[in-house]
Amino acid sequence: MSTKDAAVSARAVTDAILADLAKAERGVVVDSPPGAGKSTLVVAAAASLAERGERVMVVGQTNEQVDDLIDRMASDHGVLRIGRLSGQDYIPAPRIARHANVTARTAIADLIDHPLVIATAAKWAMLNGLADSGPRWPWAIVDEAYQMRSDSLLRIAHLFDKALFVGDPGQLDPFSTVETERWLGLNWDPMSSAVAVLLTNNPDVQVHALPVSWRLPATAAPVVSAAFYPFNGFTAATERGDRAMRWNTQPFGMTSFDLALQTAADSGWALYELPHRHTLRTDVEAVDACAELAARVLLRGAVAVSEQGRRDVTAGRIAIGVAHRDQAAAVRRALAARAAAYPVLSGPDRDVTKVVADTANRLQGREFDVTIMLHPLSGRRDATAFHLEAGRLCVLASRHRHACVVVARAGIPELLDAHPSAEPVHLGVPVKFPDGWEAHQSFMAHLADFRVPGGV
Amino acid sequence: MTVLAALARAAAAATGRALPTKTVRHVHLSRRPLVLVAAQLAGEACAPLAVLAGDDREKPHLLVVYEPRDRTQRFAFAADLAGIILSAIDRHVEDDGDPETPYPDAPQLLVPNLPHVTFLRLLGRSTRFRKTEGQHAVPPAVPLLGRWLTYYAERAEVTPSAMLVPMTAALADHWATGQSATEDANLAALLGWIDPPDGMSGPAAARAAEDPVRCPPAGPVTDPTFDNEVLAPVLQAMREAALAGDDARLARARASMDQALRSQLESTWALMWRAVDLLGGLPAAAHVEQRWLADRRSFTNQVAWIRDGGAPQARRDSAVAAARRLARLEREQQRLAVERAYDDPLVMAEYRMTGEAFAGEVTEAEPARLEQGRRPVLRPWITVATADEVLFTRGAVLKSPVRPAQQATVVDIVSPGATAGGDARTRIVLELKGGMGRSLTPPPGTVPAVGEQVTYTSLRDDFQPAPKFPDIDDTPWTHGGPPPEYVPDDEDAREDWS
Repeated sequence: MSTKDAAVSARAVTDAILADLAKAERGVVVDSPPGAGKSTLVVAAAASLAERGERVMVVGQTNEQVDDLIDRMASDHGVLRIGRLSGQDYIPAPRIARHANVTARTAIADLIDHPLVIATAAKWAMLNGLADSGPRWPWAIVDEAYQMRSDSLLRIAHLFDKALFVGDPGQLDPFSTVETERWLGLNWDPMSSAVAVLLTNNPDVQVHALPVSWRLPATAAPVVSAAFYPFNGFTAATERGDRAMRWNTQPFGMTSFDLALQTAADSGWALYELPHRHTLRTDVEAVDACAELAARVLLRGAVAVSEQGRRDVTAGRIAIGVAHRDQAAAVRRALAARAAAYPVLSGPDRDVTKVVADTANRLQGREFDVTIMLHPLSGRRDATAFHLEAGRLCVLASRHRHACVVVARAGIPELLDAHPSAEPVHLGVPVKFPDGWEAHQSFMAHLADFRVPGGV
Repeated sequence: MTVLAALARAAAAATGRALPTKTVRHVHLSRRPLVLVAAQLAGEACAPLAVLAGDDREKPHLLVVYEPRDRTQRFAFAADLAGIILSAIDRHVEDDGDPETPYPDAPQLLVPNLPHVTFLRLLGRSTRFRKTEGQHAVPPAVPLLGRWLTYYAERAEVTPSAMLVPMTAALADHWATGQSATEDANLAALLGWIDPPDGMSGPAAARAAEDPVRCPPAGPVTDPTFDNEVLAPVLQAMREAALAGDDARLARARASMDQALRSQLESTWALMWRAVDLLGGLPAAAHVEQRWLADRRSFTNQVAWIRDGGAPQARRDSAVAAARRLARLEREQQRLAVERAYDDPLVMAEYRMTGEAFAGEVTEAEPARLEQGRRPVLRPWITVATADEVLFTRGAVLKSPVRPAQQATVVDIVSPGATAGGDARTRIVLELKGGMGRSLTPPPGTVPAVGEQVTYTSLRDDFQPAPKFPDIDDTPWTHGGPPPEYVPDDEDAREDWS
């Protein structure tokens, strides 16, 4: 699809959603695949409601997300007065403080006359006064609603009459540290997502889906769509020729790392495959490979060319995604070791320690030029539900605008074949699609064409 | 599996002996716990076959259901079991005390494994709504037993609670074996690794324990070969004797069924008490007493609730009740994690591995340091040298397990390369606040002295206000609106399988 066609098709869906908002009795749900313009929609919907004279409360999940949204809204709609409800120790980030039309306060009374008030779900939940006595908004916009737990929605639902829920159904489900099957199958299971509970209890709420991804390149959108959104496909907004990755320097010789990066630059994907071995979670060789690949992108001077123009791939535009926190810590240590080893990797744009190394949970909603993924099943003897979860793989495989390099031990397809998903099926719990096992197989099948033997 | 857990298992496999992974016992053990081992009929959701229970290891009570598919006999069994469990409960109730103070002790229930917890939960659910009059009336003790079993099963969901303890979970928490977690769920095999018989290695003892003839399974599911070759013929003989009306034959059949089931349960009974002795050999962790106090309080409240005519536990949680319970479970679990790490250096080691804690030696201390402001405040600085990898950044707020009232803020971190003299340790400068009294000179011991070994961690158990939830009558439309008021009725007693 050309960028122009994509814009037309996205516009049509947005218009339909806004029209639906005007006549909805209870609310509207919008499913948004990775990078499909979710924030744009939230901003447009908030502005459209505010123009009609409705007061709107906006619910984000983290302070970071809330600030991002405010920045977008304040920039796009300079006249709209926006209230930022925050905790005691919140210091407005520079990107918030620079907007004259944004007021940050800790008490809702100071913001009640603002057409738009934004806060995290946790902050909204602390508002005093329930049902009849406290403040109330005709409309709420809930962002990242698939990552919000239903008990969190329960705590704020008395604040609004109608709501627009926006989120990505393919990403990680909310989780709890408590393991219990006590509420499985209940219509209000507090551990399931806010949208799941909302739709079970209100089956007549309309669900829309955004059709194009602005982030994912043409090499990635079909793969991610087929593996993780089997029933709600989407396309890339750009065509294959629109994006490219170039290098400022030639490599000395061609190491397996350079080969992997070249493959990823040419085709959007690479599988850097280490020899088969059962390893600890913090597999030293795999962790080193991740750090080395990131360092190599900086050393070689990668340049990203896209419809937005040319730009250098700086350290902050590279992410290394992992499954566990101890893996993220190990990657950060490996990056620091590289900064110490190569003095050239400590300039402002090439500071390799500024490469974002984090877990899938914390990379949700973020965007980079190049991502490097330590495959959740790499080096494992078994495939548990945690490591098979489709949402985790989907997050890791859909953060990039240009290229994604997967680092893994050989033998993942065999591991999958040996561990078909054996999760029990519970009465009253809808079967989840896509199945993690199936999504992993589909993803690995695609990667097989971009395999680069590593560790040689 | 974390690196330390993997290492412990590898070491256990190499030496053929389980390795203790905790220095102290993190679970409360009563002086006279009530031990319960059950067997249930295969293929039925909750058809008890037999139970061996009691608080005297020499004299367990054996209860057998001679016709497990007969509901009348099933409830007669429940009444007998109530006799054992309710009398243990009654022994702990003191009626003359102040209603606000918890009873001095509570009855602790020990079972072999997690499936036993499920078994008790289902047994509780199938008995607590039974009517004591009219058609299909049951003895009054039956619904009461159901309420208590439900109470125990719900308490088992609260991780810090020790009211109902599955023994395999408690043992596997304190020892690492060289076998998989699934194999650890077998009580006999697990004990084989921890405490093998003389002259036998752990793996050999575990292998021997997997022979269902020598070591019948810990239940509640019985050995299928036992079902086919022993149980089925005995049940058949009993049925024929009953049809023939031959009392002597019936008595013989009953005796042989008693004998058969006792043989299945007795070895697990003995293993349970061995496990009690092994766990009891470890000193209790510092917070165990406090957690047991919470259990005693909960038990006291439950006694009062039943005595004051409170309704039995509802079959399902409403939206609000579910969210409230989840919030409580999460808070309690977090608190437990902090307490365990504070109580046990081996638990803290896990956090040191992931950079959430470090241990080292105090190399410099400025105990009387004042921060000048409108009025001076006491803010001592200390420097800790550690060989651990430190992932904290400046401004991180830490705590030390030995001084929980004191906050330590990271002021500076000096990596080993930057210090002269070739010391390969990282130096962390900490600013201390609180836990030093009100004067401007800290009392001795409140500020770590030079040379003291200290541990600091970002793991904290700070006070958190209880989350607010709507009243049940204000359940919002997103969660289905307010539910109808709960009135226990006959329908509650009906199960999908009944």
